[in-house]
Amino acid sequence: MTAVHEFPMTRTCPFAPPAAYEEIREKDPITRVGLPDGGQAWVVTRHEDVRTVLNDRRFSADRQHPDFPQLVKGGFRRQGDERTMITMDAPEHGPARKAVLGEFTVRRMEALRPRIQEIVDEQIDALLAGPKPGDLVEALSLPVPSLVICEMLGVPYAEHDFFQTHTAKLIKRSTTPEERRAAFDMIRGYLEELIAEKEENPPDDLLGRQIVKLREDGTYRRASLAATGFLLLVAGHETTANMISLSTVAFLRNPEQLAAIKADPGKTLDAVEEMLRYWTIVDAATARLCVEDVEVGGQLIRAGEGVLALGYAANRDPRAFENADELDIERGARHHVAFGFGPHQCLGQNLARMELQIVFDTLFRRVPTLELAADVDDLPFKDDANIYGLYRLPVTW
Amino acid sequence: MKIIADTGKCVGAGQCVLTEPALFDQSEDDGTVIVLDDQPEGELIEKAREAVHICPSQALSLQE
Repeated sequence: MTAVHEFPMTRTCPFAPPAAYEEIREKDPITRVGLPDGGQAWVVTRHEDVRTVLNDRRFSADRQHPDFPQLVKGGFRRQGDERTMITMDAPEHGPARKAVLGEFTVRRMEALRPRIQEIVDEQIDALLAGPKPGDLVEALSLPVPSLVICEMLGVPYAEHDFFQTHTAKLIKRSTTPEERRAAFDMIRGYLEELIAEKEENPPDDLLGRQIVKLREDGTYRRASLAATGFLLLVAGHETTANMISLSTVAFLRNPEQLAAIKADPGKTLDAVEEMLRYWTIVDAATARLCVEDVEVGGQLIRAGEGVLALGYAANRDPRAFENADELDIERGARHHVAFGFGPHQCLGQNLARMELQIVFDTLFRRVPTLELAADVDDLPFKDDANIYGLYRLPVTW
Repeated sequence: MKIIADTGKCVGAGQCVLTEPALFDQSEDDGTVIVLDDQPEGELIEKAREAVHICPSQALSLQE
């Protein structure tokens, strides 16, 4: 069967998924697409079907499997790489995730609230003291989640430039396989050294506590913890940073919705859920490999075939969300799949929610005259990255 | 009505705790669900239904 569409698909509007998403979802909701490396995969576009695929063991997350759908030319991982929880299936996955899950409970995240508030306030102080117009990405969006995740893990923030530069290479689609590999090895190597230093006298930070815990369980390996640290570090700053920038644009374009959260900060968490749904910045991260024939939404998918569960298509599915293309902070969007679904649903989701909530409440309260200092049409959206966002966001006040 | 939680399926996303902290908590050790009140009444019934609907691993169910 020939594929009609090629993946990834191009956007024509910065605020909407590629037009083909809607066409596929409404006409042929599970359809074949061509991939950059010449392979093919099924895309799944309806909310219900995306949830089904992501919570069914017959779809594997093993990215090292030779048949796993590759979203960038030349693939991303090498055989023999240290595995992390995101590439594992049951029964291996549960214990790996649960080893670190205690660090990310709702209660643990709440305990971080005062410190996150402090970090946000310090960055806004710096923004206000800096040049006008300023770049919100550099002043706020990137430093807040970077500072938070570095502090949690026990990674010196002085190294944040290093991480940001190499992470940016990892997620850019135009990066060559060699460059991507080099960036990957640089970060992983740094973390191994850092963890080695923590081994003798494990400090009271996430990496230190993991050393102690995993030693008690008899499963401690430095390379494995470095892989987990890498995952948390990369997942922890780029995603939230992009959500801060994009949501700020969306709030400024929808002043009545911004006014609603300013009048009642009790609504901010609902607004965060709606922003997550509306933007769905990691749309294509939820690739899977079918390992046993299964029928989903009337379509037979065979073992050995790749599947892309498109969260962005699902989050704009009118079957799940009325007027799905509209931003409506009061709609009740909590059933979105922006954090994925199933056993791999984002581990850091409650950290992300809190960071976004604190940033929006604080930014618009402390800088009530905030406005864009460029036309929306001129903003550098990350059309070329596997995680959507903004490279720069000029603002004034 | 009774809330049934399958901690074997639970992936510790914490969405139930966010939905209703009066009904759900998470283990400090591995983040899995702890049901604080398995027989909700009044307004909490709706919250329990929402938690079941949102749970990413379908670890929660209701016995009517």
